[in-house]
Amino acid sequence: MSEINKNEVDIVIGALNADLTQFLNSWKPFFSGFHLIVVKDPELKQELNIPQGFDVDVYSKTDIDKVVGSSNSTMFSGYSCRYFGYLISKKKYIVSIDDDCVPAKDPKGFLVDAVSQHVNNLENPATPLFFNTLYDPYCEGADFVRGYPFSLRSGVPCAASCGLWLNLADLDAPTQALKTEQRNTSYVDAVMTVPLKAMLPISGINIAFNRELVGPALVPALRLAGEGKVRWETLEDVWCGMCLKHISDHLGYGVKTGLPYVWRNERGDAVESLRKKWEGMKLMEKSVPFFESLKLPETALKVEDCVIELAKAVKEQLGSEDPAFTQAADAMVKWIQLWNSVNSSG
Amino acid sequence: MAQMYSSVKPTPMLKDELDIVIPTIRNLDFLEMWRPFFEHYHLIIIQDGDPSKTINIPEGFDYELYNRNDINRILGPKASCISFKDSACRCFGYMVSKKKYIYTIDDDCFVAKDPSGKEINALEQHIKNLLSPSTPHFFNTLYDPYGDGADFVRGYPFSMREGATTAVSHGLWLNIPDYDAPTQLVKPLERNSRKFDLPIFLYVDAVMTIPKGTLFPMCGMNLAFDRELIGPAMYFGLMGDGQPIGRYDDMWAGWCVKVICDHMGWGVKTGLPYIWHSKASNPFVNLRKEYNGIFWQEEAIPFFQSVTLPKECTSVQQCYIELAKLVKERLGKVDPYFIKLADGMVTWIEAWEELNSPHGTEARAPNSGKI
Repeated sequence: MSEINKNEVDIVIGALNADLTQFLNSWKPFFSGFHLIVVKDPELKQELNIPQGFDVDVYSKTDIDKVVGSSNSTMFSGYSCRYFGYLISKKKYIVSIDDDCVPAKDPKGFLVDAVSQHVNNLENPATPLFFNTLYDPYCEGADFVRGYPFSLRSGVPCAASCGLWLNLADLDAPTQALKTEQRNTSYVDAVMTVPLKAMLPISGINIAFNRELVGPALVPALRLAGEGKVRWETLEDVWCGMCLKHISDHLGYGVKTGLPYVWRNERGDAVESLRKKWEGMKLMEKSVPFFESLKLPETALKVEDCVIELAKAVKEQLGSEDPAFTQAADAMVKWIQLWNSVNSSG
Repeated sequence: MAQMYSSVKPTPMLKDELDIVIPTIRNLDFLEMWRPFFEHYHLIIIQDGDPSKTINIPEGFDYELYNRNDINRILGPKASCISFKDSACRCFGYMVSKKKYIYTIDDDCFVAKDPSGKEINALEQHIKNLLSPSTPHFFNTLYDPYGDGADFVRGYPFSMREGATTAVSHGLWLNIPDYDAPTQLVKPLERNSRKFDLPIFLYVDAVMTIPKGTLFPMCGMNLAFDRELIGPAMYFGLMGDGQPIGRYDDMWAGWCVKVICDHMGWGVKTGLPYIWHSKASNPFVNLRKEYNGIFWQEEAIPFFQSVTLPKECTSVQQCYIELAKLVKERLGKVDPYFIKLADGMVTWIEAWEELNSPHGTEARAPNSGKI
């Protein structure tokens, strides 16, 4: 992999755990030299414990209130606290990892440098217009296969890099509850572009994106009524991902998936989460046909405009289905207002 | 649960429902390596080139063999749709088969090993791929959700978890990758492996569904499909002798197949299994064959990407005839070759109907092998 410019990257961590010692120390070999933004969940009462030796800026509820106003800080509660980091960052690339993940080992036993892999994914073109059967054509030892049109071989800019998880994969509560012992041990050694128009569930657990390109499209919008502090009780990232993919498709950017892996640890109880009425399932069912048929206007050429148009469509077409959608649409509009105000005052 | 492994022979799944179609011009010595995996299956050998030559087939395989004389005899004037001096002729094998499934493999492809050193039973994996559903309507980030130890990720719509019927299983290759001539010329030494890590090849341990609406380059080297579903769309076009193009047979079939599968709601999988591709063909010869294809695919791809088949087309044959019509209309102006090709596509369907209808001609090969 080529050398990356660490000055172009912010590593944003949403702290849902107060004690980040183990987390940060395990990532030290790969986080060193990078600037870190740690955003504390505004609802977390304890003080954060952050070990020495990192170039880190920490933001808590008071900071969030100051920047966005206290009436808006609920937008950044729980797992959505990381979006505040995306909002105030000044860097080109963001790498974001949940605080219950540590570096994974590849099949040879080496620790995976997830940060470098993500940035590498972002810096190389994506190929959403035609599927390459040998996956990433730009990685060493690979190329485009016979039959791949030459006119499409320069690719398009990569907007996002979606990584995966060993050990505890990002499964939903019913699935994990049914298979309590199941762990993901399969290391699939590939990065690939998710094709144009293909929808996918983007997880916020291990993700990176080009903030300069698509920053405003990562919207902290959909909040489940019973949203909790474990991933099984959220859908904010999946909704964000549907918006991000749709906007990327519209603007001609690519979204990659695959490497890098992180090792995800035990947190929460799937069966417990199942007891809560799981409305996420219902909301996803309604979202899919909406995104499938959605067409953003040709005139929406800026990411911010795409988000506003998307919010409008959500309100019109999904608003009557569930109040969560109306709230999401409003949040998306508010998010763009905040983005513009924070990022114009420079 | 302890399992005992002796010199256990693989259980031949679907052995009465699957034919293995192999085009060849030389010999079939490669079958020796595949024996434990293929010996219970029926083979259909399509002998290309000089029909007077005798193809050497290892003992003990159950096969039927067709040379050019047989093809001409069986199809009569319709034989014009079957290529000569090109492995595209293999699609004749699909037409004469009576089985539900087809596996086709090139005669320079051998058994590969997975990273643990175990031999890969490619046929078994293809069968698993075909017998389990696909997920063309929503991408699963953990790839095939129906595999062992796998599942759908959080956020995957529950209404889509039953998946779609799988029509095609597209396998990959270790060692010599399937590159086009220009790439081969630029990278003559490249193996499908990580550089500096030669003992460990670039083995991607996944099967995935190619999303609906997405085209891909389908390689015929290691390919399986449900013949009863998609067989009529697996025409490998007019290539080789007397044609201005070669090495685009499988590509052409793949674009047609994908458009029709998308229309019919069936899935196309790619990924495992790997085979070991041993022979790199001559890049200069390849360049001459592919030359027109390199330019024509720039027109063909946008054509296939924009095709919508009318909902009145409810059978694969109907879809294919409609596609042939569109090829003639829209690609005919790129080159007269496409007009010929479109006619070939129609002839193919006519021949398919003739051979596969209840009153169709029974194909009898004079060179049928004994068990």
